[in-house]
Amino acid sequence: MRILIEISYLISSALFIFGIKMLSSPKTARKGNFLSAIGMLIAIVVTLLDQHVLTYEYILIGGLAGSIAGVILAVKTPMTGMPQMVGMLNGFGGGASTLVALSEFYKLSGSVPTETGIAIIASLLIGGVTFTGSMIAFGKLQGLVTGKVVKYKGQHAINLLMLVFVIGAGVYVVMNPMTTLNLALLLTFISLVLGVTLVLPIGGADMPVAISLLNSYSGMAGATTGFVLQNNELIIAGSLVGASGIILTNIMCKAMNRSLMNVVLGGWDSAGTVSTASTTSQKGQVKSIDPDELAMIFDVAESIIIVPGYGMAVAQAQHAVRDLVNSLEAKGKKVRFAIHPVAGRMPGHMNVLLAEAQISYDKMLAMEDINDDFPTTDIALIIGANDVVNPAARHDKNSPIFGMPILNVDYAKTVVINKRSMSAGYAGIDNELFFYPNALMYFGDAKDAVTKLVHEIKNL
Amino acid sequence: MEGVGFIMLIYVFMLAVFVGFELISKVPPILHTPLMSGSNAISGITIVGSLIAAGAEEFTISTILGTIAVAFAMINVVGGYLVTDRMLKMFKKK
Repeated sequence: MRILIEISYLISSALFIFGIKMLSSPKTARKGNFLSAIGMLIAIVVTLLDQHVLTYEYILIGGLAGSIAGVILAVKTPMTGMPQMVGMLNGFGGGASTLVALSEFYKLSGSVPTETGIAIIASLLIGGVTFTGSMIAFGKLQGLVTGKVVKYKGQHAINLLMLVFVIGAGVYVVMNPMTTLNLALLLTFISLVLGVTLVLPIGGADMPVAISLLNSYSGMAGATTGFVLQNNELIIAGSLVGASGIILTNIMCKAMNRSLMNVVLGGWDSAGTVSTASTTSQKGQVKSIDPDELAMIFDVAESIIIVPGYGMAVAQAQHAVRDLVNSLEAKGKKVRFAIHPVAGRMPGHMNVLLAEAQISYDKMLAMEDINDDFPTTDIALIIGANDVVNPAARHDKNSPIFGMPILNVDYAKTVVINKRSMSAGYAGIDNELFFYPNALMYFGDAKDAVTKLVHEIKNL
Repeated sequence: MEGVGFIMLIYVFMLAVFVGFELISKVPPILHTPLMSGSNAISGITIVGSLIAAGAEEFTISTILGTIAVAFAMINVVGGYLVTDRMLKMFKKK
């Protein structure tokens, strides 16, 4: 029986690996996710047959509660709410690891082997931090917790002190296998507090990084649980998730030109605040355009690149944008989307929002694949994006976003910027692009403005 | 022998991390959100440990902790796979 279970875990691990491998193309991705789910089903079924599993009523209660909550979350969460959902799932992953580690510690009480002890402590620490940290991240994304950078005196010292305490207490627990559950509980409690104090200082604009990092933590928490239970599958699955989170964290940091340390320690003070600039400045006067004039400019254009930002999703303009693409393509124009890595609120978020509006995925291009095409493009249309197209990032050493890779929209023949007003972007930074000679401001709510434009184009 | 077994686990861990880095770096940016929700589902594998904790013969504190862990892990498994599928089926090429 034991060997059958082990072989099943092996097959299940292979299915997870295949599943992720098939995510390398949108054509095979859905099948990959299905294979991965089969792997999970196998793991669950064989575990239920394990000789250590003897009673089923509590499994049924927990399993049913979790499944119902999972279905509701998966069906009800709007695509704009994906960062919150992933944030929450990260937390539950970490929470489950913490609980399993505590339960194992209780079972082994009095005789915890050194290796297992180390794994339990690691699991309690990582899992605990992931659980509360993710809940705070969820709260920030949902607007329940302030999105501002929270700073207070000595916060880094306090965090460090807590971490030292957890590690110190952990070493003590490992060295003294006779310790009671109380110390492990205290250690868990401190880890939970640490999760709150670590994520609270991170600003709303940095949430994509925080979510990716917590995703990695939740994987690592799973891997440590694998060490606790000496289960290879948990170690493999946890490592895959851990690696995924680290890679995404790295991509997000590079896209914002920030070091991970800088994000974790609390970044841009202005993040999340909004200041309003006027339509005139020493840089000149912005040129505003009406829908009918704009339609004529589009009529003579051949190639168009649309740059969507989160503002587009906030205005629920995706479907209007799809209509715009269709009407332009009907006139034989080439339309593509340029997507900055931080265009949404999490890695790949903008692509999901566009896919939801039935925009073909081969039209969505990543920054590095499309940035060289702007000089040969007639119109770059920016909808709800701001900081990711701010040319100051290329040349203005005083700008907070200096060095951040941006979409070179200003190289296009004409840049059309749709905005509600002249307010600054999410990072609270003014954008000199609006004053460029080839820039045209198209003011209005994104959904409304794009719908009007589509109407005018059709009437030409 | 205990120690050797533990080293074997570390070997598995190390190799899995390498495989993870290789595989994930080939996932295109357009699928990064489904990648995250899909990996949330995979990290629900903690369900294995949760089931063992919740299904022990005697009812102890361990059972209560295990039951909550089963619920948490199942949210990840069910919610993660379903939402990933919901997203992936939207990705179409015309």
